[in-house]
Amino acid sequence: MSKKVVMSGSEAIAEAVKLCRPKVLPMYPITPSTLVPERLSDFVFNGEMDAEMIHVESEHSAASALFGAYATGVRAFTASASNGIALMHEILPIISSARFPAVMSVANRTISGPINIWNDHSDAMSERDQGWVQFYCESSQEAFDTIIMAYKLAEKENVSLPVMVCIDGFALSHVYEPVQIEDQNKVDAFLPAYKPKVFLDPKEPKSFGPIASPNSFFEFHEQEQIAMEEALKEIPKVNAEFKSKFGRGHGNGLIELIEMKDAKYAIIANGTSVGTARVVVEQLRKKGKKVGLIKLKTFRPFPAEEIKKACKGLKALGIIDRHVSLGSEGAITLDVKSALKDEKAKVEGFISGLGGRDIDTKRLEKVFETLEKGGKGFWLK
Amino acid sequence: MVEKKEKLVFNKGAVIHEPGSTKKYKTGDWRTFKPSIDHSKCIKCGKCWANCPDAAIYKDKDGNFQINYDYCKGCLICEKECPVKWITHKVEEK
Repeated sequence: MSKKVVMSGSEAIAEAVKLCRPKVLPMYPITPSTLVPERLSDFVFNGEMDAEMIHVESEHSAASALFGAYATGVRAFTASASNGIALMHEILPIISSARFPAVMSVANRTISGPINIWNDHSDAMSERDQGWVQFYCESSQEAFDTIIMAYKLAEKENVSLPVMVCIDGFALSHVYEPVQIEDQNKVDAFLPAYKPKVFLDPKEPKSFGPIASPNSFFEFHEQEQIAMEEALKEIPKVNAEFKSKFGRGHGNGLIELIEMKDAKYAIIANGTSVGTARVVVEQLRKKGKKVGLIKLKTFRPFPAEEIKKACKGLKALGIIDRHVSLGSEGAITLDVKSALKDEKAKVEGFISGLGGRDIDTKRLEKVFETLEKGGKGFWLK
Repeated sequence: MVEKKEKLVFNKGAVIHEPGSTKKYKTGDWRTFKPSIDHSKCIKCGKCWANCPDAAIYKDKDGNFQINYDYCKGCLICEKECPVKWITHKVEEK
């Protein structure tokens, strides 16, 4: 039976994973992602899940076992954060180039150093080029829903790409709020059993992960880019189907527009800072300011056209980037600038929340003030 | 990996559906030096065969040692090891 339970973002992810029925769970705990493998471990131990949990010796092994599991043709799942994601780095493009529809949750934590266990997006953002779809979630409910949507999207024949479901470390992974846990039958109807056409089979031997020389590597990489473009078309469809089945959607799956219709100044944010930004926009609107907010749910593939459309009437746009590409700018800022290169709106990047620094209402008000004055972006310390 | 003359097939995920495809991958074109054996002087000691690091030297049905140029990389260990110095080389012409 569908039920509403108060739980953390991590537990919401574990509950959603259970309902998606993966068969293999290669897991290595790391703060602040640990609660995900902990709960999944409970489910397997209690017999609530028919899955093999592999206690691997590192995140590199977790990602490798994820590849191996998918090569045998079963649904699988792993979770990690921060330097754990960095240790997986070598295997992430191996999984995507094999076109395995793996799903992984990331409890976003900064990449050390200096050593820091708190939230920013540098772990996932550092993997933006590795062929994984990336979703960022604002609430525990969204994390729950996005895991189910992630499998649905990944397993589409024309997509066949792995997906990262990102939740802000602590700010969401450890925050308790009510989550609607859906009925198993309903999830089964939305996400049927995984039956791949190509998998390891002694009766029909195949090779996975072969060498590709200069005469073929280029084409294989191009196929992944085409699959990303397909994902851009499929994400809104998956979101709409989810909405029709479960009564909840998250924007159009790519972005969500808040007070954007007549807005002159707006910000783009992702993850939990969207919640804070909603409050700021509401308050400024009450004061008569024409401000708006774009929630960036999908970062890869990047919804450039959607953002372009949403920014038509804007004078200035501020980007809340919880990551910086040292020596350049924030990852989202770079992509938005590229998307809006022919538009009138001024784009300003605000590096925010690094290593767990708060992104509070005061800081976001400052961003709007700066945009209205025609000021430049800065580090929102 | 497929032989150059065959049309390249880009299966999704780079999966190879036909086993044993490595056999089709000829590596002899990496070669810069091309060794050859003068069979009129060869004493058939088999040192070239035993020392070839790529197992690219084989004994034919008449007992002569031959070089498989599909896989010979031209390292010239055979030339160095030949006790009667009847293995010589030329620069490969491509």
